[in-house]
Amino acid sequence: MERPLLSARAEAFPAGLRVLVVDDDPTWLKILEKMLRKCSYEAVTTCSLATDALSMLRERKDKFDIVISDVNMPDMDGFKLLEHVGLEMDLPVIMMSIDGETSRVMKGVQHGACDYLLKPVRMKELKNIWQHVYRKKMHELKEIQTHYNNEDINILRYGSEDLDDRNLTDGITNISSARKRKDVDYKEFGDQEFGDSSRLKKARVVWSVDLHQKFVNAVNQIGLDKVGPKKILDLMNVPGLTRENVASHLQKYRLYLSRLQKQSEDSTSGGNMPSDLVNNDNVANFELTSSTNMQQCSEHTKFVGTSENLVQRIIDDAHVGDIKKIVPVQVIESEKGLISDIPSSQNVNSVPQLSALFSFKGMTPGVEEKAREPTTPKHQTLHDGAPRMQFMHYPGQGNCTMLDDYSYLSSSDQDHQVSFSLSSSSPVISTTVTNEKDMKDLSEMKPVPTDQRNAHFAVIPPVACMTGSVSLQIKHGMVHSQDAGAICKLDGSPNTKGFSTEQIDNQECLPLTCELSPKSEAELESLPGDLHLCSIQKFGCFEDVGFGGAENFQDIISTPDTQVQNDWYISSELSSDYLYETADYPLIDECLFA
Amino acid sequence: MALHVSSAPPISAFHHLLCFFFHDTYPEMEYASSLQRQLASMKKNLFDQGYLDEQFYQLEELQDESSPNFVEEVVTLFFRDSSRLVANIDQALQKYPQDFRRLDNIMHQLKGSASSIGAAKMKNECTSFREFCNKENREGCLRSFQKVKKEHAVLKQKLENYFQLLRQDGPVDKATRSGN
Repeated sequence: MERPLLSARAEAFPAGLRVLVVDDDPTWLKILEKMLRKCSYEAVTTCSLATDALSMLRERKDKFDIVISDVNMPDMDGFKLLEHVGLEMDLPVIMMSIDGETSRVMKGVQHGACDYLLKPVRMKELKNIWQHVYRKKMHELKEIQTHYNNEDINILRYGSEDLDDRNLTDGITNISSARKRKDVDYKEFGDQEFGDSSRLKKARVVWSVDLHQKFVNAVNQIGLDKVGPKKILDLMNVPGLTRENVASHLQKYRLYLSRLQKQSEDSTSGGNMPSDLVNNDNVANFELTSSTNMQQCSEHTKFVGTSENLVQRIIDDAHVGDIKKIVPVQVIESEKGLISDIPSSQNVNSVPQLSALFSFKGMTPGVEEKAREPTTPKHQTLHDGAPRMQFMHYPGQGNCTMLDDYSYLSSSDQDHQVSFSLSSSSPVISTTVTNEKDMKDLSEMKPVPTDQRNAHFAVIPPVACMTGSVSLQIKHGMVHSQDAGAICKLDGSPNTKGFSTEQIDNQECLPLTCELSPKSEAELESLPGDLHLCSIQKFGCFEDVGFGGAENFQDIISTPDTQVQNDWYISSELSSDYLYETADYPLIDECLFA
Repeated sequence: MALHVSSAPPISAFHHLLCFFFHDTYPEMEYASSLQRQLASMKKNLFDQGYLDEQFYQLEELQDESSPNFVEEVVTLFFRDSSRLVANIDQALQKYPQDFRRLDNIMHQLKGSASSIGAAKMKNECTSFREFCNKENREGCLRSFQKVKKEHAVLKQKLENYFQLLRQDGPVDKATRSGN
């Protein structure tokens, strides 16, 4: 990683600010580049096509700090580019134009521009653009802090909560992304906030797929026209989620929907889509420790196209960038071997997990319908992709049970259920283990019940990840390489509140150890003979969710081993690095929608 | 050195004195200053007559050791690109029926481009063209466009002369020249 580089740059901030300039006028491009360089900004890159800019941004999400773009571009409306950048990369964007009409300026602000400059642009105006970058970081850190506090409160108040809540508190992605982009760079500010950023792991609302799905369900239930943050909040019933969170997410969602509509009007297969999809390949560039994940991701995302065009569209449309976030859940590499198995066994899951994710995201009532079609009942769209949600296997239960808690995805639609049985015939296999030792154990475990149920994945709430290291291992079959990493290990003391031992006993599922960080070892030995796939919701799960979801988790995770219970509780000190170094994880985090 | 070259009008009087004074001692200076004087007055005219505005100064400020010919490069780039746009508008104007939206679009680009080097007169003509466009006044557009083209051509010529002179002035100490 570029830590050293980042530090150097951070020291000099605002010098060294990495700017991307997008303008179709070559004269202006030259002038702006010169101006920005004179401001000692670094790596000023210029683009004359909006599509080029987008792909450049997607390729390396953290390559730029700020984007400056002209409003009138030949290939894409500047406002549209603005939206994309804001949603996918969450970078501050400054618009420029010779046209200073109030309506245009207003439109710019509406679409999320940080600033609107009038041409001819003076150098002194450019000198201060760093403030937008700084402001954003401050804002994010503050959010993290707030949520962190909220989470603490929730833990106290709610004890075991459902998985969704864990998603809430899962600040990993937030933290990671926050850290990734901001931490070192801003060390020099010496701000308390900045300094604490490493501590503020959670707190931010992470709009994981699950959470978002819940949101969407609530919205659909209420009716988009009658919807209001309060109603949604009540319906969602996610402790810890504030009305403000919902409100801002709703706003983004609305924007997104309107954009979708426009796109469907433009129809075609979504001109942008293919290119957007391709960006999934960029995911590979994503700095996940597991490179395989990446590849898988891209592969998977391709699936999307085949199986669910609509979802694909959604995905593309919504947040290609998110894919990146979502996918890299695992830190641990899944064994290649396993991974390769997966695809083959995945026939049923034509839609990569990613698509599933996206399908959630992109779901609008209408969309949902369509999205459902392609998914096979057995498969959750989610699962093919890496972010497969793995569920603890319930020996005696159908998929649905587990998912009840998580099935916000679709009220009763099995398609969306998180726990889907792996239709793939291949038995659940020990997921790749991060440790060799684990590997061994895993392979031994193989118990993998051959019956299809094994295919079911248990959703392992993030809580399960205790020590903050969650290693997601791909559960066989369903697991795509991406998934591969997580073995949820339930270490630590679970929040016993919701935990019912008996349930665990009944369950044959073994929670796998999630090890994200090298420090925790997968305790495979604790796993019973049967291998249960523990799927960890990548999205946001591992964070220290605290107790949220402990309830569900209990249900889901069954392990004869009492150790499991202990594992559930994730200490709040989970360091963000346990999950993903690459920070930009997660899940559909607030950046996306909020 | 006592020679203080300022950009203000006094320069001419002062210069004459100095030139006279230093004529024998510093012949090259006289030459240089003559050239510089020419350049100075050229530039002054361009500004006074409204061909150029503040933006041009900005460009000059951007010029430095790492890009010693920055201004000229930018201006060259501008005329190349703007000529293309002008041709496009010409073409579009030939069409029937008139696609005013497209015309406006191209003119918008041209205007933005003109603003990049501070081509004030040209920019103004672009604005009035767009006004005619909005009213869908074809005649107005045609007339206005002629003016745009004229301003474009005139500025091009003037700046070409300016830069030609500037190049001749090349090796001379830039510091003395900057006062002009």
